[in-house]
Amino acid sequence: MSVSTVTKTENGFRPTGASGGPLLEVDRLSKFFPVGGGQTLKAVNDLSLTVAKGETLGVVGESGCGKSTAGRTIMRLYEPTAGETRFEGRNIYKLKGAELKKLRREMAMIFQDPYASLNPRFNITDIIAEPLDIHGIAGSSKERKRKVEELLELVGLRPEHANRYPHEFSGGQRQRIGIARALAVRPKFIVCDEPISALDVSIQAQVVNLLQELQKSLGLTYLFIAHDLSMVKHISDRVAVMYLGKMVELAESSELYANPKHPYTQALLSAIPIPDPQIEAQKERIVLSGDLPSPINPPSGCPFRTRCPHATEKCAAEAPEFREVKDGHWAACHYA
Amino acid sequence: MEPILRVNDLHVSFRARGGEVQAVRGVNFEVKKGEAIAIVGESGSGKSVTAQSIMRLLPSPPSFVKQGTIEFMGRNLLELSEQEMESVRGKDIGMIFQDPMTSLNPTMTIGHQITEGLIKHQGMDRKAARERALELLRLVGIPNPDTRFGQYPHNFSGGMRQRAMIAIALSCNPALLIADEPTTALDVTIQAQILRLMKDLQERFGTSIILITHDLGVVADMCDRVIVMYGGQVVETGSKWDIFRHPQHPYTRGLLRSMPRLDQPKGEPLIPIHGTPPDLLVPPQGCAFCARCEEAMEVCVDHDPELAPVGGEGQTAKCWLHHPFAKEVQA
Ligand SMILES: Nc1ncnc2c1ncn2[C@@H]1O[C@H](COP(=O)(O)OP(=O)(O)OP(=O)(O)O)[C@@H](O)[C@H]1O
Ligand SMILES: Nc1ncnc2c1ncn2[C@@H]1O[C@H](COP(=O)(O)OP(=O)(O)OP(=O)(O)O)[C@@H](O)[C@H]1O
Ligand code: SF4
Ligand code: SF4
Ligand SMILES: [Mg+2]
Ligand SMILES: [Mg+2]
Repeated sequence: MSVSTVTKTENGFRPTGASGGPLLEVDRLSKFFPVGGGQTLKAVNDLSLTVAKGETLGVVGESGCGKSTAGRTIMRLYEPTAGETRFEGRNIYKLKGAELKKLRREMAMIFQDPYASLNPRFNITDIIAEPLDIHGIAGSSKERKRKVEELLELVGLRPEHANRYPHEFSGGQRQRIGIARALAVRPKFIVCDEPISALDVSIQAQVVNLLQELQKSLGLTYLFIAHDLSMVKHISDRVAVMYLGKMVELAESSELYANPKHPYTQALLSAIPIPDPQIEAQKERIVLSGDLPSPINPPSGCPFRTRCPHATEKCAAEAPEFREVKDGHWAACHYA
Repeated sequence: MEPILRVNDLHVSFRARGGEVQAVRGVNFEVKKGEAIAIVGESGSGKSVTAQSIMRLLPSPPSFVKQGTIEFMGRNLLELSEQEMESVRGKDIGMIFQDPMTSLNPTMTIGHQITEGLIKHQGMDRKAARERALELLRLVGIPNPDTRFGQYPHNFSGGMRQRAMIAIALSCNPALLIADEPTTALDVTIQAQILRLMKDLQERFGTSIILITHDLGVVADMCDRVIVMYGGQVVETGSKWDIFRHPQHPYTRGLLRSMPRLDQPKGEPLIPIHGTPPDLLVPPQGCAFCARCEEAMEVCVDHDPELAPVGGEGQTAKCWLHHPFAKEVQA
């Protein structure tokens, strides 16, 4: 099934990847959690984006801004409160039975928390082979073993690790196991939720190179959630910045880093620690103050206004529209 | 200045299915009062095991300390009773873990977990403890502390769990704060806030800090001295200036090279260190980095070099390249 590159929505045109048609279209997606006392927590609030085939879309943003929830809802690990996610044109929340099972092979996720995501009672072979077993594609026990060993090698672990258990590994090693597991079913689209935060820098480089090589050879598409802005810049074609469940800025990555339009992005970029003591000693940071807003009762108007150094009355009264401020560069600020 | 912590020749192993995993193999370092040191190094190199040995948090079995002492304010922590140790953990040393879920109790509210220590170790009553807990939650940047107080860890995002744990560690105003990747799960604006909080603590109360991190940018910002670990051993130490400007160990150099830089042109692949870290079930006989080192020599295969003074003041490296003979060969 083919889909047009630009899709009309009530909002006008949604930003879309530069090359190729979108593999994934997220359309006004919301995910709210009930938190007791009749309150709801708006973890993801009216989020729209597209990811082109073969593209890497980086997602950055404050802790708790809804990145993981967005990733999980896009994977349908959570059912959405509102909105759609279309994968190759199909609304994934409507899929059932065999179609849903097929989708589960086409999308994979690498989790943020390498501890919680590995079953402590399984050995490494069983953990990595589990998706193969579920989908009935493991083959003979000899093939299964060979596939697992290949995957281990791919992610920089040793074949003799195959019979050990998760608790015998360091944080970084466990994350590599998670990556091997995600790659097992040869998915088309991978949500990488901070896949390298727990890894050693020298290994991060291996894994990122690996993810990029796999992307080229297998035509993979990534949604890459991370905190390390230098790494996000390195790996992403475009970068989305989220704040309090909403998208506040989206642009081609070098453009975003050179010309951040949203005050939050500006603060974020100024806070990146640079691995050079001289630069660190002299650096001027935009230090944010003001109350951290809560997704339970978000501020009126612009969600960033409680910490924004440029906030005005208009910001409290009116929510800024997410608009294209420059070719392919989108921002949600009245003054961008 | 007198060190408040001195780790001497520490060896820690795990009994595992395949034999003995020698996670920490002869680690030496000290921390002075008011000093912030960074421990960086390969994933699996024994940073967390070192930190958890200081806190005596490793379950035994399967772990056991084979050798060494850990002197903290004049006492060998390895010889304290569990009860004495609990008081050290509640009052003198605070720890922030790499993985918040292993240290937060999933069945207890966040508020309960913060107030518990305040009541037990600081003798506060319930009401004062609650006030202090709310203040701490606010301090670490958790919005709506009143609501969050009564919630469970699974209601928090990864970064918020981390901040809750930081609040617990700071609650006792510890003399030594061990932070094991305290900001890995946080975005940089909050990271900047938390690092500032730690620095503040260091300046105001003379708190010593051991910061374990993968982020060399954070090291450049926060720390005075750096300890580099590889394969369960310390392979280089020095002031942050020497480590960043004149790294002397091939692993340290590789580490610095493999980082992406904001000013790096797009499309250039990163420069990783190839290969994998050694298997600590059968640690190499010679230099632990040998299998991955581009400068390896024959001697490196079978002979383990000593950590010896090199270059800058107080800088040490564990590498044969600094042996006078190696220089002669190269020259
Ligand atoms: N199962 C849940 N129940 C209730 N609230 C939740 C649940 N999962 C997440 N939240 C809340 O949703 C918001 C977004 O959380 P999420 O984990 O998506 O953030 P994040 O951007 O991934 O943060 P981090 O960078 O810290 O991982 C947070 O306020 C969090 O407390
Ligand atoms: N319970 C255990 N049983 C067996 N081996 C273990 C156990 N815990 C840790 N290890 C091993 O000890 C070594 C050191 O682990 P440690 O967690 O200290 O690494 P680390 O330097 O903190 O790594 P990371 O940067 O990935 O957190 C690793 O090789 C790990 O596999
Ligand atoms: S809309 Fe106002 S408060 Fe929001 S980012 Fe722009 S200037 Fe700041
Ligand atoms: S001792 Fe040899 S193998 Fe080890 S780091 Fe030095 S040169 Fe490389
Ligand atoms: Mg997350
Ligand atoms: Mg660790």
